[in-house]
Amino acid sequence: MAWNDRRPMSPHLQIYKMPLTAMLSVGHRGTGAVLGAGGLLIVWLLASAAGGEAAYATAHGFVTSWFGILVLFGFTFSLYLHFFNGIRHLFWDIGKGFELEDTQKSAKLAFGATLAMTVLTWLVAW
Amino acid sequence: MSQQMRTPLKTAKGWGSAKSGTHHFWVQRLTALALIPLTLWLCFGIASLPSMGYADFVAWMKTPYSAIMMIMTIIAVFYHYALGLQVIIEDYVSDHGKRTAAIIATYFFSIIVAVTGIFSVLHIAFGA
Repeated sequence: MAWNDRRPMSPHLQIYKMPLTAMLSVGHRGTGAVLGAGGLLIVWLLASAAGGEAAYATAHGFVTSWFGILVLFGFTFSLYLHFFNGIRHLFWDIGKGFELEDTQKSAKLAFGATLAMTVLTWLVAW
Repeated sequence: MSQQMRTPLKTAKGWGSAKSGTHHFWVQRLTALALIPLTLWLCFGIASLPSMGYADFVAWMKTPYSAIMMIMTIIAVFYHYALGLQVIIEDYVSDHGKRTAAIIATYFFSIIVAVTGIFSVLHIAFGA
C-alpha cells in the first residue's frame, strides 16, 4: 500500500537525523553534567599535591597513563564545547542570533572552534 | 476575582511560584561570564598536567597568580555546576522528595569538593 498521507510526520528518534543545533543542545547539557567529574579530577590532583610527593605520584600516574591522557583530552574537548556553546547561549540571553539561519551558523562556528581550540591547546601545552 | 486574592507585597517582590525570582537564572549567567577567561586559563593547565611532576605542579600553584586563578576557577566552576545540575534534576526527577534530596546532595557535593580544592591550593601556596 502506497503512503499517501501528505500530512507532516513528527520525527521518530531512532530514524531521525538530528541537526547540529540539536546535537549541541543535548551536548551542552551532557558535557555540563560530565564536567563535574573533570572538576573532581582537578581537585584530586590539587589535594594530592597538598598531601605530598608520594600522594601526588599516584594521581600523576593516572594522568600520564594512556587512559588518563584520553580522559584529559576528553575533558578539554568537553570544556571547550560547553565554553563555546555557552557563549552562544549568552548571545541568545541578550536577544541576539535567534533566527534559524543564525543558530545554524553559530552552531558550526562553536563546533569548529571547539575542535580547533582543543587541538591548539594540546599542541601548545604538550 | 483572582486579581483581588493577590497581596500587593507578592506583586512587589515578583517572586512567583519558583520562590526565588530570577536569582538562579542571574547567577548562572554571572558565573558563566566569569568562567570565560577562567576556562581558557584552565584548559591550558589541564593539557600541561601530564608534563608536570610534583616540583613543577607545586611551583605552579605557589605563584600568587596561579593560586588566585585556581581558587576563583574552583568557586565559579562548582557554583555554576551545582546550578546547572539542579536544573537537570528539576527537569527529570518528578518525585518531590527524591528531587529535593538530589538537589541537596548536589549542593553538598559541590561545596565539599570546592572547599577541599581551595584548601589544597592554600596549603600548597602557603605550605612547604
